Amino acid sequence: MNQLFKWAGWLLLSLLGAAALGVIALNRGESVSAIWIVIAAVCVYLVAFRFYSLFIANRVLKLDATRMTPAYKHNDGLDHVPTNKYVLFGHHFAAIAGAGPLVGPILAAQMGYLPSMLWLLAGVVFAGAVQDFIVLFISTRRDARSLGDLIKSELGQTPGMIALFGAFFIMLILLAVLSLIVVKALAESPWGTFTVAATIPIAMFMGVYSRYFRPCAIAEVSLIGFALLILSIIAGQYVQADPAWAAMFSATGEQLTWILIGYGFIASVLPVWLLLAPRDYLSTFLKIGTIVGLAIGVVIISPELKMPALTQFTDGTGPVWSGDLFPFLFVTVACGAISGFHSLIASGTTPKMIRNETDARFIGYGAMLMESFVAIMALVAAASLEPGIYFTMNSPAAIIGTTAESAVQTISQWGFHITPEMITQTAQNVGEHSIISRAGGAPTLAVGMAQILSKVVGDTGMMAFWYHFAILFEALFILTAVDAGTRAGRFMLQDLLGLFMPAMKKTDSLPASLIATGVCVSGWGYFLYQGVIDPLGGINTLWPLFGIANQMLAGIALILCTCVLFRMKRDHFAWVTVIPAAWVYTCTLAAAWQKIFHDNPRIGFLAHAKKYQDAVARDTVLAPAKSIGQMQQVIFNDYINTALTALFMAVLVSILVFGVRAVLQARMAACPTTREAPFELLPVYAVIEK
Amino acid sequence: MADNKLNRIGKRFAQSLRLMIGVPEYSAYVEHMKNAHHGQAIMSREAFFRERMEARYGGKGRMNRCC
Repeated sequence: MNQLFKWAGWLLLSLLGAAALGVIALNRGESVSAIWIVIAAVCVYLVAFRFYSLFIANRVLKLDATRMTPAYKHNDGLDHVPTNKYVLFGHHFAAIAGAGPLVGPILAAQMGYLPSMLWLLAGVVFAGAVQDFIVLFISTRRDARSLGDLIKSELGQTPGMIALFGAFFIMLILLAVLSLIVVKALAESPWGTFTVAATIPIAMFMGVYSRYFRPCAIAEVSLIGFALLILSIIAGQYVQADPAWAAMFSATGEQLTWILIGYGFIASVLPVWLLLAPRDYLSTFLKIGTIVGLAIGVVIISPELKMPALTQFTDGTGPVWSGDLFPFLFVTVACGAISGFHSLIASGTTPKMIRNETDARFIGYGAMLMESFVAIMALVAAASLEPGIYFTMNSPAAIIGTTAESAVQTISQWGFHITPEMITQTAQNVGEHSIISRAGGAPTLAVGMAQILSKVVGDTGMMAFWYHFAILFEALFILTAVDAGTRAGRFMLQDLLGLFMPAMKKTDSLPASLIATGVCVSGWGYFLYQGVIDPLGGINTLWPLFGIANQMLAGIALILCTCVLFRMKRDHFAWVTVIPAAWVYTCTLAAAWQKIFHDNPRIGFLAHAKKYQDAVARDTVLAPAKSIGQMQQVIFNDYINTALTALFMAVLVSILVFGVRAVLQARMAACPTTREAPFELLPVYAVIEK
Repeated sequence: MADNKLNRIGKRFAQSLRLMIGVPEYSAYVEHMKNAHHGQAIMSREAFFRERMEARYGGKGRMNRCC
């Protein structure tokens, strides 16, 4: 009887989800309430978790509750600590959630909310969460080793090196695109620049306070820091109003770029307790708090979605980024559906703390479902804006011009209702001089969040506060990522260079680490600068490159998972990872190919270079270049981007070849050939503790 | 009964927040050292906290957060 009730419950839940999807799909032409998207998403997640992840756990991977885990085997009370699964879930989710799932869906919204929503749901259930779960499982069974090590042992030494090499370039592109988001949000905005700049002394104060006065008092120091942050948002308003102060904190995109590059260099060589650690406390707690707050806001307010389900830009002519729905939607949405970066997290800290192998399902699959939900909320925030405002904020100046009138003229031609008053009113509401061409996702999300949150707390008068709060929240964790990423990139580089020059390997040598830091900073700084001066907004070039890099890593991780399934002799279940791997490979390779060879200069790098070369031959100067020398620079950038994209393709193809070889070897063997840590029983007390 | 449960949830929530910034339970560490490495020096709470901070941020090329 009980059983019957359970099944009836799941049936009802599935029907509810299907009905919500039906409302969204059939209700064309009228605006739909966001609550339907939330209901559809939650039902899909619950059903997928209950059935598909259980199928993977019990039938495909055969998780063994009695098997030893690294947390018990190597317990040291520090890195290896058996941890309650709910506690660990929070840790894992905080590590995987970042700017990616927020920005991707906002940019993808130019095609309407429907394509992104469908991919966010289907992608997470069949690809993203599967990848996170299986990588976590693989690493847990192999003494919590890292992705590079896992590839080395399951696929071979060479593919392991190739993957590490690829990971370094992903890091550069990631840091460049994250910094670009900050530059786009802060350019010519004294209020925003002041509050973000204020985080540096605030964090340093927290660092000194907790180092010398109150060590270990994390909660106390974080609360003090949070109070100071709120004060800095309020003070920012007065900075903006005062001409002298406003001039001091008003910087152009190019100036901000140099400031960020300098900041990245200095911050990553400072002692960690001074700046990085305290700011990480603020950014981590603020991130979790804001995500919860946004979820509550979306559910309570459940805004109307003003963006159409599908726009005319599904044909690839969109202003925000160019390219057809296939393959570019999939590399643009990226993180919220499947993110390759998670395979680095799932094979690092988390498996060292997992108490029981069976927890991998809740932590790996579950946390990724949460991340997808964050992406859905970002999509809702973007789609609840007037489409006219959305396109004003996200179209590059080269297309809509720099004044409200020129923007209105172009955007009305696309068929979206917009007036100059709407643009100036929105800018005034959020306390900014202009909202035109603020691509990059953060400002759009901030306006969307400000509209939602100001309806919960405050009124239109509070919108400016919420807008700058949202900008601060994103800038805070992006700057932390820039700082931590530059450090990590420096160590990666020293490792790689150390293979050829032993002197570079010494991580405690000051010259070696300064050189490596310098190389790392100039690497991402180069792409950042190129993005900032691009008249098409930079996001147009850098975000697809980032998406391709990220999906490339996902492809590599899924190949690893596939090889392991074959080595475990679970051939008949290999489709669980083969299908997502094939899809990710198809999208990523197609996107990379088009980025290089497409004959539209807005998509293909080579076509873009050719356009400039032809102009140079005719001795004409094309914007943004102001001289023939700058034209040469643009052409050179195109070739650099081409080479990088080609490198990503080469990494993907070579890993595929090594993967197929490993699979064939595994199939020829008569018995399992996995390289798992030898089987041991979990100690009795561990089973009782559970 | 309900109080107890709320207490436990609160405690786990706090644990999770601390773990997010790389600080596991100090009491678990002390207990582990007492049981498994009897007689070895145990770090003070402060030393433990510093050691964890260095391990998280000083990292050896480890990226412990995502995009």
